[in-house]
Amino acid sequence: MELTGAQALVKSLEMVGTEVMFGLPGGAILPVYDPIVDSSIRHILVRHEQGAGHMAEGYALATGRPGVAIVTSGPGATNVVTPLANANMDSTPLVVISGQVPSGSIGTDAFQECDITGVTAGITKHNWLVTDAQELPRIVAAAFHVATTGRPGPVLIDVPKNVAQSLMTWYWPEPGDYDLPGYDPARTLDTADVAAAADLIAAANRPVLYVGGGVLKARAAGALRELAAATGAPVVTTLMARGAFPDSHPQHLGMPGMHGTYAAVTAIQHADVLVALGARFDDRVTGRIDGFAPRAKVIHVDIDPAEHGKVRTPEVSLVGDCRDAITQILGALSSRRVQGLEDWWSTLHDWQARYPLVYDAWEPGHPLRPEMVVEALRDHSPPGTIVASGVGQHQMWASQYWRFEEPRTWINSGGLGTMGFAIPAAIGAKVGCPDRTVWAIDGDGCFQMTAQELVTARIDRVPIKVAILNNSYLGMVRQWQEMFYDERYSEVHLSHEIPNFALWAEAMGCVGIRVDSPDDVVPAIEKANSIDDRPVVIDFRTDQSEKVFPMVPSGCTNDEIVVHPSLGVAHP
Amino acid sequence: MTPEALEGATARGDVIHHVLSVLVENKSGVLSRVAGLFSRRGFNIYSLAVAPTDESRRFSRITIVVDAASAPLDQVVGQLDKLVNVLSISHVNESSVVERELLLASVAATTKRQSDVVALCSAFGAQVVDVGTGELTVMLAGPPDTVDGFEKLLSQFEVTQLHRTGLVALPKLRRAAGAATETGDAGGKDN
Repeated sequence: MELTGAQALVKSLEMVGTEVMFGLPGGAILPVYDPIVDSSIRHILVRHEQGAGHMAEGYALATGRPGVAIVTSGPGATNVVTPLANANMDSTPLVVISGQVPSGSIGTDAFQECDITGVTAGITKHNWLVTDAQELPRIVAAAFHVATTGRPGPVLIDVPKNVAQSLMTWYWPEPGDYDLPGYDPARTLDTADVAAAADLIAAANRPVLYVGGGVLKARAAGALRELAAATGAPVVTTLMARGAFPDSHPQHLGMPGMHGTYAAVTAIQHADVLVALGARFDDRVTGRIDGFAPRAKVIHVDIDPAEHGKVRTPEVSLVGDCRDAITQILGALSSRRVQGLEDWWSTLHDWQARYPLVYDAWEPGHPLRPEMVVEALRDHSPPGTIVASGVGQHQMWASQYWRFEEPRTWINSGGLGTMGFAIPAAIGAKVGCPDRTVWAIDGDGCFQMTAQELVTARIDRVPIKVAILNNSYLGMVRQWQEMFYDERYSEVHLSHEIPNFALWAEAMGCVGIRVDSPDDVVPAIEKANSIDDRPVVIDFRTDQSEKVFPMVPSGCTNDEIVVHPSLGVAHP
Repeated sequence: MTPEALEGATARGDVIHHVLSVLVENKSGVLSRVAGLFSRRGFNIYSLAVAPTDESRRFSRITIVVDAASAPLDQVVGQLDKLVNVLSISHVNESSVVERELLLASVAATTKRQSDVVALCSAFGAQVVDVGTGELTVMLAGPPDTVDGFEKLLSQFEVTQLHRTGLVALPKLRRAAGAATETGDAGGKDN
């Protein structure tokens, strides 16, 4: 069967099971958009290519399946650079198809030409510049294989216009026939290392299970619960792992790191054995590294060999899939007597009781407390609600005050810290999980970066809900300027009046609501939850002076954690 | 690549160098991916040699000599290993490797001085590969230290052009004990 390269590309995307792609056409990708008319794949037409990339990420994070975005050459491709970098940092499987100028024009500064494989080499797991239409099915199959296996990540396929237009003879490669002689993600765990890990865990007096996003990628949440049961150890879940272990579980201490709970942060500092599961010792978790978990022997489980010893040299290194590793550790533990942890838990419970997450009560005449808005959203949303966030204070409050009970209900930008992530990511999540309620908890700064995708959401019938915690400031930067720059506020005030978010939402075909008073918070949320034929945006007017606590100041060790002022100075 | 394999660093002059031998797919863009990993982490590539390794030209071997004063080379090697086009990496040190480098130099010399150049060449086993009017081009292939020494002594003449290829290296072959005569001494004392 003879097909054009474009037809072969779209057919290949169908063959790998693509159900939806997010994109925006343009000159160089035009030939590929023609067979999309006849394809079974749903196409969501975005308003900006950055939106396409983040939607594909949101889709991938919510479903566990790779997200697909399609863009044209030049500016189309450069607009998707941020999502690629974001997916690379958060190990999200993402496949981006970009158009390219015709092969003969490459290197001539042709209209809308950009060396996008060169630009994205450092922020993709791999990329391909296709030179022959005959290669397309194999490259598409290989791209999905690379994006989804080992440590997942983003890939890009750059397709010159003439390649899309030329003829090829259709085939579909056998599984494994990817022409990737340098890529073998298969890892076998060393049984001696597993035994060494089990010995350390069984003998530990103050163990902590430090859970990262790799547990979600490996679908290891079930195995993790078994490990928690077998060891009785406390669990902390990083920003990337919220939902990997139920927040309601009595062994869960919450999130570690710069804005983690006092108990989670301090437990790591006092741990004698730290079991890092699919976590990468990010600086936002460790604080000053030479003072991080100073008493702990570290067991590091990660599928990426380059993560082992990158930041902290582990005593036991298990290079492999988290679920396999946890399962094998469980097997090894079954023949060992695990140390009782009564003393450890009495210490931990004491920390939890003395330094809980708290905020000052609302006072009449003041704007809303952002934390109370998150709690109201949490308490009035159906089970299984997916929460997406942007980056900043609202992200931290969402992570702290939501109660995550199951995997893939928290969609956020962790490693890259991409403002504007929430709206498109929420749309992608809702496209992937149409039966779930999806709330974007956003800041007013973030919202203004990508809000135009609410037009996409309305037109393509993706009824997400957006809660803007609007304090009229770039709040996290404001917090740092207040605390560390003598309250010299430099370029952080946005505006108290402009834009009118509710009117803006209405202009985009959404329902817009503004809430100033605590009495109106719950009715507005209930109204939003009752609407499912269009997106809803609620502009919650919140207190600009509210800061995120606890906080480990930048450059400090986690022992120097600052708790909410009402709790005084923390002492373990 | 084990961390132990990374311990061997080689001193060349007063700079610490690491020699990495990297087997890659022979495809466009691969060299820039490999080089990019070093530049992104602030490592200077001291020399680099690359050529296909097999008849099908499917694979190439890149020999990279890196200035590396500090340990994070482990990290670069780990990241390098993650490149989809990279098949294998070995970190080589002088005691476990056969290293060679090629030098070509053009030397301006009067007929009288030319015999001094030729004498220096024969002392090093270098060859005269081209002769012009008042000028010679000489070639030396040898271990880097030998090439360094030759280059230094050559500088007493008027060197008009000089080009070194950068290092190429292969692991030393194993020899059974007492079997030296059977396997032969293929590479001379510098092996």
